[in-house]
Amino acid sequence: MPDDKSDRSPWYWLLLVPVVIPLMTFLYNADEPRLLGFPLFYWLQIAYIALGVATTTLVYRMTRRRP
Amino acid sequence: MSLHMTEIVIFTVLFVAVSGMGFVAARWRRPTDLASLHEWGLGGRNFGSWITWFLIGGDLYTAYTFVAVPALLFGAGAAGFFAVPYTVITYPIVFLVMIRLWSVSHVHRLVTPADFVRARFGSPTLALLVAITGIVATMPYIALQLIGIEAVLKTMGVAGSGLLSDLPLIVAFVILAAYTYRSGLRAPALIAFVKDILIYLVILVAIIYIPARLGGWGAVFDGAQAKFAATPAPNDGILLNANNQLQYVTLALGSALALFLYPHSVTGVLASRNRDVIKRNMSALPAYSLLLALIALLGYMAISAGVKPIGKDVNTVVPQLFDQMFPDWFAGIAFAAVGIGALVPAAIMSIAAANLFTRNIYREYVNRTPTDAQEANVSKVTSLVVKIGAVLFILLIDPQFSIDLQLIGGVMILQTLPSVALGLFTRWFHRAGLIAGWAAGMGGGLLMLYGITNPATNHAHFGGSAFPLANLGLDTKITVYAGFLALLLNLLVAVIGTLVARAAKAPDGADATRPGDYTADEGDPRVRDVDLSGAT
Repeated sequence: MPDDKSDRSPWYWLLLVPVVIPLMTFLYNADEPRLLGFPLFYWLQIAYIALGVATTTLVYRMTRRRP
Repeated sequence: MSLHMTEIVIFTVLFVAVSGMGFVAARWRRPTDLASLHEWGLGGRNFGSWITWFLIGGDLYTAYTFVAVPALLFGAGAAGFFAVPYTVITYPIVFLVMIRLWSVSHVHRLVTPADFVRARFGSPTLALLVAITGIVATMPYIALQLIGIEAVLKTMGVAGSGLLSDLPLIVAFVILAAYTYRSGLRAPALIAFVKDILIYLVILVAIIYIPARLGGWGAVFDGAQAKFAATPAPNDGILLNANNQLQYVTLALGSALALFLYPHSVTGVLASRNRDVIKRNMSALPAYSLLLALIALLGYMAISAGVKPIGKDVNTVVPQLFDQMFPDWFAGIAFAAVGIGALVPAAIMSIAAANLFTRNIYREYVNRTPTDAQEANVSKVTSLVVKIGAVLFILLIDPQFSIDLQLIGGVMILQTLPSVALGLFTRWFHRAGLIAGWAAGMGGGLLMLYGITNPATNHAHFGGSAFPLANLGLDTKITVYAGFLALLLNLLVAVIGTLVARAAKAPDGADATRPGDYTADEGDPRVRDVDLSGAT
């Protein structure tokens, strides 16, 4: 089988987004606004889980070999 | 003890029933012959998306995590929440790394990270260093799983002091050892289903029921803040402060980089059927991170509920919280979830450590041409020895020592990143540079950890992973994760070492892999599955 299946795809760069954003503490290191009683620090970081899932799912779909 | 009778009965029944499944697992998914390392250690390498999800999930999110992370929040507050960003960023980071490792491992029939290093850099020495690092880092991790079980047993009042009180812990591990010996990786894969169902059930109930009894989430956070405000410690609180933000970020990043370097994570990944299974799992595994975030907050609930840890063991706060808030029968189920949750990772870790020993020490230095059956046998016996070692660890040595060692293990395993993870993308590094980098990172990391004091736990050395930059002579109170600094040093030395080795025309090792090997997938003729008859 020829080596036409490279791991190079511009979509992979998108994976940087859910890595970099959760590491920027100034975005979430605050108490207000609260959501359902959760300080921003907690609910926003929990929301980043969704960001991670959405990004990896998108990248997976866009780089899938078998349609 | 009679106070906890209902809990003990339910815990025991569930624990025994699930262990029974471990023995049945040998018959699961038509294994024709378990007498081969690939079959025993990697479960036949044909796990689909669902099984892989349960297996890796059960492997990475351990019982210890579920007990220790809330204990961190209970003690220090926001700093302990690093486990959430850590388990969010790890999947996008390793997304590409793991699929390439899967491909090259399946083309060359590699079982461990050290196998890959051996094939890629043609250096048995570097492979040996990676193998030993893996074994040393994994051992205390297995011991920690026992701490999870012990915390539960203590709460039920069956583990106190004296020789007899250690009996339940020993029985639990004898069961674990017996079924991994018999069923290999199939046992934890099957048990992981039950463990997860139990844990999800317990946590869903816990996050609705307990805050409702404590006056809502807002009250839980306010109660925690009030407690931290009253303590003299400068770095606790429900938010980070100026001095521990960099520690928070580097610890999350360093831990995320380290997670998939652990041999047990690699074992879980290699057992999957193809690259798509891994990619799908990288998007699906964060479901456990959500669970972890909610579990972490149990630490704050414990503060609001006025839970007191047993003795000085903060790991008992979660079991104590359950005991205090739940009816006995449900607390029994919760305890069983923690106990069974410890068995899955402990089994996979001991298998992974055993594979490292068999493939990279026994086969490299003792018996160069073992048969498949011999290889599987050595692995089985080593896995047994590793587990007995872990039990002795807990029984004979202060549990605090395993926690310290696990901390050191994290810093150590990170030092294999240039050879293993970067090696999957580039062959630029020279083997001599990588060895020098490993030595520098290891030495520097240990030196930094040695210099960290912690008055709270009465440690003059190895008091934590937060390295104060003041120790380097800088005028600041900022702390950074020691493993992260050690990795930077490692990379720097590896680059310089490579340039020096090239300039001195030192011979480079042979690379047994070709670029196409890193992208091969299921269905490719080069991708080989389990070969039960022929020796490798």
